[in-house]
Amino acid sequence: MACFLVPASEAVVTTIAQKIVESREKKGIVKEESPVNEIPKVKFSEKLSWLNRMLWGGSALLAFEHVWHGEVNPVFPFLTAVQNGETADMLAEMSTAGVGMAVLVTLIWGTMVVASHAIENRKDKVEENI
Amino acid sequence: MTLLLTVFAAVICTIVWYSKAPDASMQLGTLSLMFWGASIMWLVDAIVEYSEVGAAYFMQSGADMLNDMYLGLSVIALGLVIWLAILFIKDPRGVIKKTLLKNN
Repeated sequence: MACFLVPASEAVVTTIAQKIVESREKKGIVKEESPVNEIPKVKFSEKLSWLNRMLWGGSALLAFEHVWHGEVNPVFPFLTAVQNGETADMLAEMSTAGVGMAVLVTLIWGTMVVASHAIENRKDKVEENI
Repeated sequence: MTLLLTVFAAVICTIVWYSKAPDASMQLGTLSLMFWGASIMWLVDAIVEYSEVGAAYFMQSGADMLNDMYLGLSVIALGLVIWLAILFIKDPRGVIKKTLLKNN
């Protein structure tokens, strides 16, 4: 019905967050993660961009699926469910499937961030031992 | 079928990205993440539908499967077009810029 709107909304928020983190990193407000003579670690703004790309890409492709199934219209109010008076069903679907999508994408991104942090720490330990 | 096709697209893109890493000039990471994002979202959709209809979820009619297959292929095509647009706008190898300058 309109489940893609939930991850799309999250994408708007995370994109703004990425821009803020990026500008702080440029200004040097955010603590640099590695000294100058070492290979630079992946910045947090870059890690946030992974989430943004998953959310924007997924939402765009899901929106296309909704157009395919006639659930999204080019005319106001754009959503067939609202036009047909099924707003309550649409909101219920958004709160189950939509929220589930956003949460699962974010959880997988969180796992990716934790894994990358673990790899960076392991690399640091190997360098210290040498 | 749409979920399956998108997962295959995501896996293939990830393999190509891995084989080319660390060269990121073709923006293959973006394409993979886009397909993975869509795959995760359709997986949730599939789980919700399965919880509602049960085993009937796997017993689609031939016409529905064909429609889903066309949808899956169209989704992959759209994903590739979006990726191409991003690649041309960012133009990391400067190909578009060089071509335009040559013509002027």
